[in-house]
Amino acid sequence: MQIDLRTVTIKPLRHTFDHIARYLGTDKPVSRYLEGSIGIQPKDIFHYRPTWEPEREIFDEGRTKIRMKDWDALKDPRQFYYGAYTSARARQQDTAEANFDFVESRGLVEALPEEVRQAAIALLVPLRHLAWGANMNNAAVCAYAYAAMAAQAAIYQSMDQLGIAQYLTRIGLLLGDVEALSAGKQAWMNDPAWQPLRRYVEDSFVVKDPFELHTVQNLVLDGLLYPLVYDTIVDQVFAARGGAAIAMLTQFMTQWSAETRKWVDATLKAIVTESAENRSIVQDWVDAWLPRAKEALLPVSAIAVSEQAPALLDEVMEGFAQRLAKIGLSA
Amino acid sequence: MDMQVAKKKLGLKEKYQVMTRDLDWTPTYQKMEDIYPYVHYEGIKIHDWDRWEDPFRLTMDAYWKYQAEKEKKLYAIIDAYAQNNGHLNVTDARYINTVKLFLTGVSPLEYMAHRGFAHVGRAFPGLGPRVACLMQSLDEMRHLQTQVHAISNYNKYYNGFHDFRQWYDRVWYLSVPKSFFDDAITAGPFEFMVAIGFSFEYVLTNLLFVPFVSGAAYNGDMGTMAYGFSAQSDEARHMTLGLEVIKFILEQDPDNLPIVQRWIDKWTWRGYRVLTLVAMMMDYMLPKRTMSWKEAWEIYFEENGGALFRDLSRYGIRMPKCAETIALEKDHLSHQAWCTFYNYTAATAFHTWIPTEDEMQWLSAKYPESFDKYYRPRWDFWREQAAKGNRFYNTTLPMLCQTCQVPMLFTEPGDPTKICYRETDYEGMKYHFCSDHCKEIFEHEPEKYVQAWLPVHQIYQGNCFPEGTDPTAEGFDPLKAVLQWYNIVHGRDNLDFEGSEDQRNFAAWRAQATRNV
Ligand SMILES: [Fe+2]
Ligand SMILES: [Fe+2]
Repeated sequence: MQIDLRTVTIKPLRHTFDHIARYLGTDKPVSRYLEGSIGIQPKDIFHYRPTWEPEREIFDEGRTKIRMKDWDALKDPRQFYYGAYTSARARQQDTAEANFDFVESRGLVEALPEEVRQAAIALLVPLRHLAWGANMNNAAVCAYAYAAMAAQAAIYQSMDQLGIAQYLTRIGLLLGDVEALSAGKQAWMNDPAWQPLRRYVEDSFVVKDPFELHTVQNLVLDGLLYPLVYDTIVDQVFAARGGAAIAMLTQFMTQWSAETRKWVDATLKAIVTESAENRSIVQDWVDAWLPRAKEALLPVSAIAVSEQAPALLDEVMEGFAQRLAKIGLSA
Repeated sequence: MDMQVAKKKLGLKEKYQVMTRDLDWTPTYQKMEDIYPYVHYEGIKIHDWDRWEDPFRLTMDAYWKYQAEKEKKLYAIIDAYAQNNGHLNVTDARYINTVKLFLTGVSPLEYMAHRGFAHVGRAFPGLGPRVACLMQSLDEMRHLQTQVHAISNYNKYYNGFHDFRQWYDRVWYLSVPKSFFDDAITAGPFEFMVAIGFSFEYVLTNLLFVPFVSGAAYNGDMGTMAYGFSAQSDEARHMTLGLEVIKFILEQDPDNLPIVQRWIDKWTWRGYRVLTLVAMMMDYMLPKRTMSWKEAWEIYFEENGGALFRDLSRYGIRMPKCAETIALEKDHLSHQAWCTFYNYTAATAFHTWIPTEDEMQWLSAKYPESFDKYYRPRWDFWREQAAKGNRFYNTTLPMLCQTCQVPMLFTEPGDPTKICYRETDYEGMKYHFCSDHCKEIFEHEPEKYVQAWLPVHQIYQGNCFPEGTDPTAEGFDPLKAVLQWYNIVHGRDNLDFEGSEDQRNFAAWRAQATRNV
């Protein structure tokens, strides 16, 4: 029997789950983001220690030097739970698809000045490996960070980077051919211009502290790389040389970096404002890795913009220093 | 134009190859063993990660698109279900207790799977398995959140949901699923894949997920049906991953076979013990039954699993050893479990009840060998006693199995009248087990299983009372103190369904829809 239940008004016994009400100090309905994130990760009563890291618990605050009274303070301003995340990305991938279609169907690649096409291939194709490295690093942040709040955003970031590696592969195939991909890999492995960057990435692979990794990858490296490569070289330099079509192909990356920056900054701001100790730890990480990132990106950008590279990098550094200042850090 | 012509056309497989497999490189600035420190200590030998066959080829753009569409549809149903008070459409308010069991005992495992697959994804040096694992990690976050979001509406109107996160950590019967997953995630990455990817997702999923989802369908719970079916579509990918992992490991080196076989033996048993909760759910808790536990085991394990293990025999894999014991238990498992929960319902976050006469007839028909002979008399007795005002509650805490953490409620294989006890000594201490299989699992890794946080031991050690409790005080009531520490509200979350607040509210709310009151 199907009965009409819509007419029934019933008073709820409670509005949310107790662990959330305890956290907020009140029983009220919460957003899907908070309901699916706050306090979700078990914090105690683990039955066994990891055989792969016997000195730690399954989830262990000791994996990082950062100390937080409340790990759920590392909120994501985008409020990404799985549903919100996939719907945002699906929209972006629609746009990306339309952009690829547009460029292909109008023959815009063929219309590119040869020198710009070559420069774009040389600069963008090896970056697919770098994005792959970022996928791996964010997988580590997800696996070893404490609490669901930080861990879930890290798996989104990780898979985004896989998506970026795949968009870069498509760009390589569109601007060049399979050979462009193998040449790009060759360059990534052997070309002296790429070695400081590859070294940076490989060195980050052995960083164990998940929040150091977050700083090294998501703040420092991506914080310079995306503004430099996509916002500056592709969107401005290439566009000015008749390569606006390339900017259409990398629109996903430009928008993505503007968006994910909000998450990176919010989490690090919460960390450094927690205590002076946290601030000095993160500052040490920035001090150790920022000069390396700068040094690594200079020869890479020179591939595409030759002697303009130092000036462009300085410009990007200026913006990055302001960003650090807003977080409570310095360059 | 010339350039276009010169371009090679890539086939689907080649295209996926350049989109994923080709992204990897062999590092030279750091050593492989420093980047991937966890892949050797289990003794599994992998010679060539490139031999991995991708079980599915899904690039991220397609993933986002498919998944976003699924999410949109699912949340539309969840929202409508909540707005229309869909919960009042279920067959009988007793049904809601199965959803409680699901949220408290299964959903938290989805979260553990999310973290576990991120960990093993990061740990594997091979790009193929890494991508598949990370995609599953992402899916598992979906499962956790869609379940929490869907069941959130039940929590607003019914008891037994409100503190599921804390219950998962603390409550005695929930340490069974919790310790199961803790065991898997603390194992090495290959064992994790055999435990969860293969044994759990591939071999046992039809006995866990499907009974809940079809139970929901039979009992009018469209919300649970919707997230269940939606998750099943991800499950198809997870299952192919689980199978590919096994084949890949076995093809890499003959030395891997005995290790993998031991893991399959272990994890089939570990998983099966967790399914005790599902067995009683199927036979006792669903007002409208889908099939009996015994039938489900015969179809999904003995038939389908049998075919699977025959197929794997070309690698030297045989049926898990425990299958024989399980076959002997299948006439008894659900009855013994529900009897136990009926006795201990003062300490459960869901309600129990005595099966009705109709239901007992169904049980007799489904279990001709066992129900009338061993279990009906117990229910008749308890019913009589309850009618006389002697509702039986067991107030003695049960001994738990050191490995699976289920109370010692199972009987000797082949003798349903005698409780099965096993024990072993380790470093001067005695450890107790429900079965030969649990004992064997312990004996292989005693240093691991001695760490287990056994709820009953912990209660006796005084670790499960609210802070500041004085157990030596006059009139100290340990059960009351434990419930307080659990945050199971006595008289609302626990005890009989008959007379419960859930029962009263459901009846009153439905009456509003069907009568002019
Ligand atoms: Fe799942
Ligand atoms: Fe056991």
